[in-house]
Amino acid sequence: MPGKVHIPERENFCDMSRSSRKLQYSLAINEALRQMMEADDSVFLIGQGVKSPWYVGKTADGLLEKFGENRVIDTPVSENAMTGAAVGAAIAGMRSIVVHPRLDFMFYAFDPIINEAANWHYMFGGKSQVPVVVWGIVNRGGEQAAQHSQAIHAVFAHIPGLKVVMPSTPYDAKGLMISAIKDDNPVIYIDDRWLYDIEGNVPEGIYEVPIGKGRIRRNGSDITLVSISYMVEECLKAADELSKEGIRAEIVDLRTAKPLDKEIILNSVSKTGRMIVVDGGWSFCGLAAEILAMVSESGFDSLKTPVVRLTVPECPAPSSRMLEAKYFEMSGHIFNAVKDMVSRSR
Amino acid sequence: MKKEMKCSCSVLKKLYITMLRIRLCEESFVEPILNREIRCPVHLYSGEEAIAAGVCGALGKRDYIFGSHRSHGHYLAKGGCMRELVAEIYGKETGCSGGRGGSMHLISVDKGVMGTTPIVAGTIALALGASLASSIRKDNRVTVSFFGDGATGEGVLYECLNFASLKKLPIIFVCENNLYSTHMPIEEIRATKEIYKIGRPFGMKSFRVDGNDVVKVYEKAESVVRAARRGEGPVFIEALTYRFRGHVGPDDNVQGTHSDIRPKAEIEKWLKKDPVKKFEAFLKKHNVLKTSDMDIIKGKIEEEVKEAHDLARKSPYPGEGELLRYVTK
Repeated sequence: MPGKVHIPERENFCDMSRSSRKLQYSLAINEALRQMMEADDSVFLIGQGVKSPWYVGKTADGLLEKFGENRVIDTPVSENAMTGAAVGAAIAGMRSIVVHPRLDFMFYAFDPIINEAANWHYMFGGKSQVPVVVWGIVNRGGEQAAQHSQAIHAVFAHIPGLKVVMPSTPYDAKGLMISAIKDDNPVIYIDDRWLYDIEGNVPEGIYEVPIGKGRIRRNGSDITLVSISYMVEECLKAADELSKEGIRAEIVDLRTAKPLDKEIILNSVSKTGRMIVVDGGWSFCGLAAEILAMVSESGFDSLKTPVVRLTVPECPAPSSRMLEAKYFEMSGHIFNAVKDMVSRSR
Repeated sequence: MKKEMKCSCSVLKKLYITMLRIRLCEESFVEPILNREIRCPVHLYSGEEAIAAGVCGALGKRDYIFGSHRSHGHYLAKGGCMRELVAEIYGKETGCSGGRGGSMHLISVDKGVMGTTPIVAGTIALALGASLASSIRKDNRVTVSFFGDGATGEGVLYECLNFASLKKLPIIFVCENNLYSTHMPIEEIRATKEIYKIGRPFGMKSFRVDGNDVVKVYEKAESVVRAARRGEGPVFIEALTYRFRGHVGPDDNVQGTHSDIRPKAEIEKWLKKDPVKKFEAFLKKHNVLKTSDMDIIKGKIEEEVKEAHDLARKSPYPGEGELLRYVTK
């Protein structure tokens, strides 16, 4: 249900760290920002709402007090210019982070993100680079309707020159933010408000999660569920229920939408022979479509049965709670689709 | 004359050399464009040289500039290498952008030419960001954003004016008003002709200068750059000028289309205000340079331009195997 986060038992949820310190997802981002700003004077944060938890949750807690208005810059509602400024500052040697507390407003900033940042390194023959993190928060639910709910990662993933990361755990939220800041290319960092209160193990120091590498969140041999960001939570939820029926689902958390970790998907599919892709964006020309195409091209011989994608319905997000619940309902669909696929192809 | 007192002889000579390098380089593209040796879209700067020369002449090497589709002049005036410019326009690997950008994508990071791109108004926010970087680092640089009158139709310009003024950023907005936005005369795209006034609602000092008078441009730029460097905030300059060639290509508004709707009398009028000829007369009148001095300068630049074309023609194209290089770093 919108606004509620289910935290399932994680059978094989290894955080790849010995740290036992628990931290919320939003505070993991906060820690990444604080540590990177401490470590590197060229890192700064700009965007609407960095002074306001109403906009950015706890992700910017204490940053203004620690680093001052010079490096933590709340802005007018001018997404095009502010994103362009982040891009321009990066061209001039800074490591910029520009936040869009509602991803939908990033449409105003497509020119600096796509025409300028994504193309920059290429169109100048490698003579210049744009180390900018464009951070967008998917702000679904709460009856906010169409213009506060869109998951548009596939649009960015379509563009050569952009990397798109979408962490689903506190560990990855911190590590991918650090990697994104250190990367010399424009990185679109997309998180999801529904993940903000999740707790997980987070090492205290600076560490990187490699961009372009997925991770197995749960081992299984009957079916591969490929997912990213909040939808991994839905897959975990469904997998718990499926295990009660004797179906062991393997969950691939992509962590990065682009570049896509093809290997982890193909390896899993070669083991299970079945795949369902679960994505919080739309179906048509979406991330799930890309993964289906890739597996058809490169993993066809492994498949026992046609692949399936589960996405949000092909309509804008509605406001009314009845429709909204249906729009975002996912784990039940996953459960049914998996059962159907496995029983048909046993 | 007062003018002479403000500008030293060496400054005036430098301005002249810059303008003439731009003019001769620009005109050298005409023939190779018409005979299809050069094929990328080329937006010639002939007629507008005084603006690039005057503004960039007032900047230091470390200062930043950003430009547009019509930026050969800005690139050269800020110190960009002519050979790399010419090679870029021929699409060669030795070009300033390795042949990936062509005429509309020029860069020379060492000289502070941070990038020129053809999305109208697209680099204004980037320039804003570079000035923000300077303000965060307190590195004492000034950034100049060059754009045309067409860019005043884009909303991002006004977002940038507000933020620059709000944060007192060290940036100079230079609008080169050549009276036409591709094929549209300014009367048909703007409710008011006075572009320079758009800075004022944002509390910004705003000026209009004769963009065909390099001394006036230089003096204005010199004083506003100094003020911006002192932390007095951004300035808006409208420089009135006129392009001698088409919007794109040498022969018409859009090359080969016979679509130049600019009245003949208007073109004639502006040709009489040729900024290079005007400045030559000024230099002679005030005994800064004699005709013979100018001939020597001209000869040297002609040689430089010829060498740049020879080198570009001899240079290799990027290899086919290089297609996917530089997508990411």
